[in-house]
Order: sequence, then structure tokens, then C-alpha cells
Amino acid sequence: MGLNAYLTLAALVFAIGLFGVLTRRNAIGILLGIELMLNAVNINLVAFARFHGDLAGLIFALFTIAITVAEVAVGLAIVIVIFRVRRTVEADRLDLLRG
Amino acid sequence: MRVIVWLPLLVLALPFAAFVLLAVVAPLRRAGRLAGGVSIAAIAAALAGALVVWSEGFRSDATWAWIPADDGPMATVGLLVDPLANAMLVLVTLVSLLVQVYSLAYLHDERAPALGRYYTYQSLFAFSMLGLVLSPSFIQMFVFWELVGLCSYLLIGYWYERPSAARAAVKAFWITKVGDLGFVIGIVMLWAATGTFEFEPLFAKAQEHALAIEGLGTIMVLIYLGAVGKSAQFPLHVWLPDAMEGPTPVSALIHAATMVTAGVFLVTRAQPLFALVPDVLTLIGWVGAFTALLAASLACVEDDIKRVLAYSTVSQLGYMMAAAGAGAPDASFLHLLTHGLFKALLFLGAGAVIHAVGTNDIFRMGGLFRAMPQTGVVFVVGACALAGLPPLAGFFSKEAILAGVWAAGMTGPFVMLALTVLLTAFYMARVVFLAFFGRAPAAGHPHEPPWAMRGPLWLLAGLTVLVGLRLALAEGGEPHGPGWLAPASVAAAAAGIALAWAMYQRGSVDPARVGATFPLSALGFMARRRYGLDALYGGLYRGFILGLSRLIGWIDRYLVDGVLNFGSAWTFRGGDRLRRIQSGQPQDYVYGVAFGVLLLLIWAQWWG
Repeated sequence: MGLNAYLTLAALVFAIGLFGVLTRRNAIGILLGIELMLNAVNINLVAFARFHGDLAGLIFALFTIAITVAEVAVGLAIVIVIFRVRRTVEADRLDLLRG
Repeated sequence: MRVIVWLPLLVLALPFAAFVLLAVVAPLRRAGRLAGGVSIAAIAAALAGALVVWSEGFRSDATWAWIPADDGPMATVGLLVDPLANAMLVLVTLVSLLVQVYSLAYLHDERAPALGRYYTYQSLFAFSMLGLVLSPSFIQMFVFWELVGLCSYLLIGYWYERPSAARAAVKAFWITKVGDLGFVIGIVMLWAATGTFEFEPLFAKAQEHALAIEGLGTIMVLIYLGAVGKSAQFPLHVWLPDAMEGPTPVSALIHAATMVTAGVFLVTRAQPLFALVPDVLTLIGWVGAFTALLAASLACVEDDIKRVLAYSTVSQLGYMMAAAGAGAPDASFLHLLTHGLFKALLFLGAGAVIHAVGTNDIFRMGGLFRAMPQTGVVFVVGACALAGLPPLAGFFSKEAILAGVWAAGMTGPFVMLALTVLLTAFYMARVVFLAFFGRAPAAGHPHEPPWAMRGPLWLLAGLTVLVGLRLALAEGGEPHGPGWLAPASVAAAAAGIALAWAMYQRGSVDPARVGATFPLSALGFMARRRYGLDALYGGLYRGFILGLSRLIGWIDRYLVDGVLNFGSAWTFRGGDRLRRIQSGQPQDYVYGVAFGVLLLLIWAQWWG
């Protein structure tokens, strides 16, 4: 299996994640989509590290995982607070910042 | 040198110090009469200094660098003290002092702050006029020239709540500005040709015939234009009668004795330069004589006592200019001095009358001689001096002018001036008979004015007589011109007085019937409309200035403001449209980001 196979997989995962982010109406679904996109990036980083023999990519991947955890924690916390206040997590109805 | 310069400099500095004091220290100015005291004290000290300067016959020419340039200063400031300036110093400080004392009584009903403002302007005027007289260069003279113009504007508009006074002030300012424009252009052209503004080098060159400049005639005509505006010569004389909207003492000081003579002073001062261009001198002579006649005819049909005097001032300024044009600057200057005395006297006398009667209309006065004999006596003295009766001051100076014009061989101007002698005597006698001896009772209860007003009147009347006697003794009563001149001119004056007596006192000739006969009826009709000049200027003003203002207003409203309004309206509308992009839903933004990245990718692939 060459590098291209990993990159294609990463691109597919990224596209699926983006699709989820754009189409999901539920805020938790959107967060899940974001997770997929981040992991697609991780696949890319690890693949490049493996094929180019550069450990920097692995370290970046570790950082990304740590940040992802933090992001999900904060994101879910926000979703819970929004649910408490607005009694919904439907993204369509959360448009307080409309111009 | 320094000691000699010191005293005239003090004379100049005293009124300025008073002005600065009154202008800066507001409580002092608002005190009114106290402010008047400060101003009067300063001008009295200045008069004392001026008298010393005059009697000692100081002469000096001191200059200090002003505008620096690479090779020596481009312009200088300084003092030019010579007999001409000395005499003017005395006249200006004397009349200023008398007028300021007189004003204390004349304006006693004014509110204190307004009175303080009046004396602030008076001090500024005294300073400006003295500075003008002492100027050693054209450029310094121009600066003070504009300053006196400013004071004139401020004092004409002293009662600025009155629309007519505000209008008159603006009119005086505008019309004199027309002349001043020529003046400043002339000065700059002269500087461009010779490289100096100063009188002394210019006159020295002129005397050596080393001043062969191309277009000197044009330059001198332009400089003369300044004098035309300031000294109310035809066709720019229309502002002076309207300037009578100011308080009467102001008319006496600025619009009779001092400021309006600045033009004559300028022509006299620059005589060596004017002498190089005889054609311009001839023009000055003709315009002066014509002004004298025109204004005298206007004075004959005027009912307002101050306006009669204003026209007579215009007329007498015409005399002075005619003499200057005829190459008799000494006669011109002598008349300037004597006229300054007796015209100030007449104006202050008229002020006393107006003060007592409360009207300017001579047909509503009458029999005032019995009610106020002192004012009557001094007014008659002034009127006789103006009419040119010996041995009063006006007689000798007027004789000198007529003789000068005759000697210059200017027959046309001489005839006009001789006719003016008759008219002058006529209109002054008309005022005297109607106001002081007429049968119609004056309105109210006229009374003599207080001493603060009577004192200056008596002093001026005394000086008018004394100067006349002095001139008579100095010359041994000899007339300047041909032997027939003096008797003829006295006869003309007497005829004018007799005519006025017959028409307005005796009643044997009906003024209405005389006015209705043919040439006089047409003239009277024209004169009552001021020969249409005011209407013409009014039309021009409305046509040009207001048209221009309207155009500029249109540009401002629709072009300048239009661009801004257009810009702001479209910013507003554009913002309203763009607002809708901001849906508030994160997914829409992510769409934007995703498609943006996609577009960037495509762009990088195809055009990268």
C-alpha cells in the first residue's frame, strides 16, 4: 500500500466529516463531523511521517489528539449549556448572531 | 537718531497700548466710562507728544528689518517723520482727543460694555491712523490702510442691531476694498519693477530720473485707485453718505477729518512718483474736480443734516485731489488740515443738534439758534469756513487750490471747482437757515449740550478762526493766484449764501418753483436718485456677487454635499444588503469556508 492510498482514505474521511458538519441539524452531530475531519488530518500526518521517515508528523498527531479532546470537552459543555438555556440543540434555531 | 525716533514711536505706541489694555482686560472694557478715560488719557498724552514733535520739527527716517530675504530684508517697518507726517500727527491726535471727549457726553445713554467697545475701537483707530501717517514704505502704509478700513467698518456698524447700520458698514467695507485691490496690485507691481517698497529710495530715484519703469502709468493709476476708494472719489464715493449710520462723533473723526483724507495723504506723500506721470495727474485733477461738483449738487437736495455734511466732505476731498492733480500738493495738504478742523467742527455741531432735536431732517428743525446759541455760533463759524469766507481757515486753503488749478492751466476742472464754490456756500447756508433760523419750530425742547460736547466745539471753532488769521498774517493776505481770483470766489460764495437766504429765509423765491424750472428739475430729479449710481452698484452687487454666491451655494449643496450624501446613502443601502449574508448560523459560514477553499484549490490548479 502506497502513500496515495492513505491520502485517499484521509480525503474520504475529511469529506464525510465536512458533509456531516454541513448537513447535520443537531449540534452534537456537527461536533462528530468535526471529529472526523480532525482525524482525517491525523491520518495524513501519520502517513507522511511514516513514508518520509520524519517523526515531526507523529508528534503533531499527538498534539492534534490532545487538542481534539479538549475541543470536544469544551464543545459538549457549550452544547449542554445551550440546551439548558434554549431547550434545544437544533443548529437552525440557534441564530442569535443573525445580522 | 534714536532719541528723535523715540518720541514719535511713543505717540504711536500710546493708543496701541490703550487698545491692547481695553481689548485684553475685559472688566476694564466693560466698565464703559473708565475705558473711555483710559483711551482719552492715552490719546491726550499722544497729542502732547505730537505737539512736541511738530513744534520741534523733527525729521527722521528709521527702519527695521521685517520680512527677511537672502540679500537684505525684503520689507521693512519704521517711522518716517517729516513736516507732512508731523502736521498729520497733530491733526489726528487733536481731533481724536476732542472726539473722544465729546463721545463721553454724546454716547452717555449707551450701555457700559458697548461704550467700552466704542473706546476700544477708537484707540485702535487712533493707532492705525498714526501708523499710516508715519509709514516709511508702501507696504507698511497698506497694512495700516487696511486697519483704518477695519476700524471704519467696526465703527460704522457700532449700532449693529440696526440693519441699516450693518448694511452701511458692509457697503463701506466692500466699496473701499475695490479700491484697495488696485492699491495692493500697484504696490506689488512697483516692487516687482524696483525691488523696494520704501519711499525714500523710490523718491531719490524719481528725482534723479532714474525710475524709468515700463508701465509706471498703470502702476500709479492702480495706487491712485486705493485713494479713490478711501477718499470717496467718483465713482467710488457712494459709501461715504451711508457711513453716516455710525455715531456722529465717528463721522466727525473718521469720515471727515482723518481716515478719508488718507487717500489725499497718499497722493501727497507719493507726489514725486505721480509727478513722473503727468497724464495720471491730469486724471486725478479731473476726477477730483468732477467729484467736487457732483457731490456738491447732491448735497443741495439732501434733507439729512449728516448726509449734507457727508456729501460736502466728498466734495472737499475732490478739491484736495484736484489740487494734488494740478501739481499743487501743498495747497491740497493745507486744505486737508483746515478741512479736518472745520469739518470735524461741523459734524460735532450737527451731533449736538441731533442730540438736542432727535432727528436728522433739517426740515423738522428750525429756530435752533435761540435755543442753543453757542452751538449755533460755532456751527455758523464752521459753515462760513467751509463756504470759503475770509478770514476763516477754509478761505485760504480753497484759494490756494483754485490758484493752483488755474496755474496748472486746467480750465475744465477750474470751472467745475468755481461752480462748486457757489454750490458749497448755497447748501451750507441752506442748512444753517433751515436748522438755526427757520420759522418752523423744532421738535421737542432743544437745549445746549453739556460741556464735554461744547468744549471741543469751541476749541475747534477757535482753531478754525486762529488758523485762518495765522494764514492771513503769514501771507499778508495776498492771494496766490491772479488778482481777480479771491474777490471772484468770495463773490461766488456770497451769491450762494444770498440765494439760500432768499429761498429758505426770506421766502421771496420759492424753492419748489426754482426746482421745477427745466434744467434744474431734471438735475434735481437725477440728484435725488443720486444719479443712479447707488442703484447701479446695487444691481451689480446683486447681479454679480449674489449670483456668484448662489452658484457657489448650489455647488456646495449639490456637488460637495451631493457626493457625500450619495456616498453615505449607498453605504447605508449596501450595508443593508450585505447584512443578509450574516445569517447567524455557523453552518452557513462553514459552507462559505468550504467553497472558498474549493475555489482556491481550483484556482491553484488551473492558474497557479
